[in-house]
Amino acid sequence: MLTEFGKVFAFILTAILFVIIAVFAAKLVRPARPTKEKLTTYECGENPEGSPWVKFNIRFYVVALIFLIFDVEVVMLIPWALVYQEGGIIGFLVGAIFLILLGLGMAYEWRKGDLEWARPDIAPPKLNNTEPPEQEKEPELSLVE
Amino acid sequence: MMYDWLYNATGSEVIAAIIQSLMPLFLFLLPFALFAVLLERKVSGHMQDRLGPMRVGYHGLLQTIADIIKLIQKEDIIAASNDKKFFNLSPLIVFIGSYAAFAAIPFSGAFLGSNIDLGIIYIVAVTGIVVAGILMGGWASNNKYSLLGAMRSAAQIISYEIPTLLVVVTVIMITGTMNLYTMSEWQTEHFWNWLILGGPVFGIQKILLIPLMIVSFLIIFLSTLAEVNRTPFDIPEAESELVSGYHTEYSGMKFAIFFLAEYANMFAISVIVSALFLGGFQSPIGYVGNLFGLPWLIPFEQFFWFAFKGIFFVFVQMWLRWTLPRFRVDQLMAFCWKYLIPFSFVILLIVGLITVL
Repeated sequence: MLTEFGKVFAFILTAILFVIIAVFAAKLVRPARPTKEKLTTYECGENPEGSPWVKFNIRFYVVALIFLIFDVEVVMLIPWALVYQEGGIIGFLVGAIFLILLGLGMAYEWRKGDLEWARPDIAPPKLNNTEPPEQEKEPELSLVE
Repeated sequence: MMYDWLYNATGSEVIAAIIQSLMPLFLFLLPFALFAVLLERKVSGHMQDRLGPMRVGYHGLLQTIADIIKLIQKEDIIAASNDKKFFNLSPLIVFIGSYAAFAAIPFSGAFLGSNIDLGIIYIVAVTGIVVAGILMGGWASNNKYSLLGAMRSAAQIISYEIPTLLVVVTVIMITGTMNLYTMSEWQTEHFWNWLILGGPVFGIQKILLIPLMIVSFLIIFLSTLAEVNRTPFDIPEAESELVSGYHTEYSGMKFAIFFLAEYANMFAISVIVSALFLGGFQSPIGYVGNLFGLPWLIPFEQFFWFAFKGIFFVFVQMWLRWTLPRFRVDQLMAFCWKYLIPFSFVILLIVGLITVL
């Protein structure tokens, strides 16, 4: 007896075999004449400069972390979404409280600035400018990065 | 169902399942990709007041076939500094992710790869594998453009998965099922029974649901558009900045596999959105087969409507590509986290209230 997941597995198997056969069939037809120039990494015609495997912006990891929290909570919502109507208004409130907690977490992240992609501007400290600036002061002192 | 027919014809469940899993690829996806690549070039051309490919065949009809012949002959360059194992594995994983989704998509009343009860959740889960493939390819390419494109792509796909999931949960709350086939059957054969117009249950609930469902439809269409990296959300492969993103280093057949997976994804999201909100394979105006008493005609009609809705949304994606400029990366993230997610949250809560009261 083949289950429904067995049929899904047949699809995955088809995808794997299709890619492998297509790549190998192309291998029989295509030329293979590698030279040193061809085997350099593409960088708009220049010689590659340094390694691309560098430190990355921390924002990507923050987004991944927030995604993880939300994704797990949405997965927990799915069984609730299927059965909550049997519990009537109580059934709805159970999920709603959960969702509101999730919303509060999101509001906190928003307030903390974790949803901003660009680095938040550093606000320049307010200077007391009631008196005219003296001549000795350096006028180009900028506190904004 | 096609599976039962194949089982009776061949007498073996395994052979029937294998034949059935080959059918969407060879009878539908590859011809569709041939057609869609040409359509994209023609649509692009005409929207920019030029003609597009004209030389190969009548009005360029054979252009894609010529392109495939060219791609097969191209040398497959694996640069010396690439991480070869992952570099070769990446197209495979990307293609598995996009083709496995077709197992749960109902093509018509008579063809459904696997009548799996998880349905839409299975599709969301399995298309998540694509992210791993893209990151793998970008990292293994050892190329600055590829890595940047892959990282952007991963951040974008996972961000936009949340509004998609929230809208999917909303739909599950209304329909009470995750199976796409049952969902399409539930939105029976006239367009006023579609979920975007409140579903087949008449009454005050339907009227209250209509505006919410239209907004949900827009949210899921935009966020799935971002998940397949199409314009205006195409910063992962922004041609003017990153050459072509995570597949910059790929050539020959592996590039063709990425390309095929992209078109498969475009079509998959179109039909998933239409199965959720626009009745899937159901006809908007009733069936000719019912009218003349020809029941064998109905599955073919259903397939026609399925393909029609899918190709229409693929056309809308191409249309958007030449209409809207590309988002900046911070705008893209802000649009997802500050607009789409709060809106879908609120819609989920309101729909919960409406369906309970």
